[in-house]
Amino acid sequence: MTRIDEVVLEVDGLRMRYGATDVLHDVTLRAHRGEVLALLGPNGAGKTTTIEILEGFRLRSAGRVQVLGMDPADGDERWRARLGVVLQSWRDHGKWRVRELLAHLGEYYVPYSTAERQRPWDADELIEAVGLTEHAGKKIKTLSGGQRRRLDVAIGIVGRPELLFLDEPTVGFDPVARYEFHELVQRLAAEEGTTVLLTTHDLDEAGKLADRILVLTAGRIVATGTEAELTRQIAGQDEVRWSIGGRRFTESTEESTAFVRGLFHQYGESVAELEVRRASLEDTYLTLVRQSEVAR
Amino acid sequence: MTAIRTGWRRGVIELRQSFTNPGELISHFLWPVLMLIALYFLRDKSFGATGFALGALALPSMLGMNAAMGMVSMSQQLTADREDGTLLRAKAIPNGMVGYLVSKVVSVAGGLIADLAILLIPGLLIIGGLSVGRPEAWLTLGWVLLLGLLATLPIGAILGSVFTSVRSQGLMQLPVLGLIAISGIFYPVTALPTWLEWIAQLTPIYWLGLGMRSALLPSEAVAVEIGESWRHLETIGVLSVWAAVGLLLAPVVLRRMARRESGSTVASRRERALRRVG
Repeated sequence: MTRIDEVVLEVDGLRMRYGATDVLHDVTLRAHRGEVLALLGPNGAGKTTTIEILEGFRLRSAGRVQVLGMDPADGDERWRARLGVVLQSWRDHGKWRVRELLAHLGEYYVPYSTAERQRPWDADELIEAVGLTEHAGKKIKTLSGGQRRRLDVAIGIVGRPELLFLDEPTVGFDPVARYEFHELVQRLAAEEGTTVLLTTHDLDEAGKLADRILVLTAGRIVATGTEAELTRQIAGQDEVRWSIGGRRFTESTEESTAFVRGLFHQYGESVAELEVRRASLEDTYLTLVRQSEVAR
Repeated sequence: MTAIRTGWRRGVIELRQSFTNPGELISHFLWPVLMLIALYFLRDKSFGATGFALGALALPSMLGMNAAMGMVSMSQQLTADREDGTLLRAKAIPNGMVGYLVSKVVSVAGGLIADLAILLIPGLLIIGGLSVGRPEAWLTLGWVLLLGLLATLPIGAILGSVFTSVRSQGLMQLPVLGLIAISGIFYPVTALPTWLEWIAQLTPIYWLGLGMRSALLPSEAVAVEIGESWRHLETIGVLSVWAAVGLLLAPVVLRRMARRESGSTVASRRERALRRVG
């Protein structure tokens, strides 16, 4: 039986080495059922490598990895059926029609249907869930880039996965498509209890979607926590701006409330144009990336 | 089991797609039509002093050659599917690789049989002198074709795993054309120097051509062949060796190739391909 606090993903001391270069040094992470995790980091940090190892598409050099209770290196087809992988499409299956392809790919999941999880997802319902109903009968090569990405997502979840991997899912999405995609991911996690691991370098996306953010730079997880925790832990500095008698001032401080209080105490009514900008995830992220570049 | 049935259905869908889009329809008909035109001009020519119509000799040989070309289309499709990520999708799905391979066998073999019919049926109307009234003719054609596919499709799958881009597939065309030239398809192999004759006899192309001739030609035509015999035992022998080698090696090579596929390998091939275009 599945429990709410069930650990779905457990990675301990994961290392990856190509020739003489270490791409991943010591990645440790853990995800529970229904949790959305964002792996945030600059290009080349090792996000894709990490996710490909967890998907069972790449063999690791060292470390312990458990995905849905199995080592991905010996993952069998039953294990594979519980996993969803959203791939970046290019021009594959161009001659297929949207509905035809989803119905076909769904057939592979029929033997893995359980009482808890009816597999596969009904093609028409799935098409509606990703907003492709109008395009269900179209040939895939005639879809726009955004429509293709939605189809990629649909292919990734056609087997009603317990764990879903998304590698930079919203690259090339317009704001509306992005918003709809975020809704879909949140619904999967909340209603289906799907655990989601996504990689992104979009800070807003990570902040909006993820229960927990892991910042990966140069092959190491340098910080982990909720958006609020990360901002508090790392950037920590709010920015206070004000003016007195037309002169502008700026001050960075960890204690913005106390600072403003002091300001009023000292200058009273003459404090004008007061503005407090809370440290943002962006500041946190930039600080972390800079630190890791200095360390290198 | 589900995967095999699903793969079968996938192959049928792919076949239907291949015969309902204009671009591929042209390629299904272009070669047969060109060959039929060649046959039309050969219809009155005869081979040397033997008096056999060259057209009648050539038609079964062309069928044999086309059957052997399943190897090339298997190889091309596999490389193309790897390049564009179709194969990776199959890998991401439970039993997807099994389904994928079944579908390839169905669609390549099915397309091939359709192409053979496109050539054979009008060919029989243009060319006289074939012996197709006997049931044995069709029986022989059947086993030669089946064995031929067993011999060539796994080899095609191996080649498809070895070439990493659609572009490098082009390298294969030249040697294949060379082998066709010497394999007795357009002119009896006995007209060639002995050493070329030997090379030709190592290829499945020659034996498929011979088998097809043995099925469709009247028995007197055997006089043109090496040793004046249809050599059915040797045909079975050579094609079986190819089939055995292919079926033993293909799973190993395919598994090795599939193991290396991942999102980033497909992405890097896409980038390379887009750079070439741009």
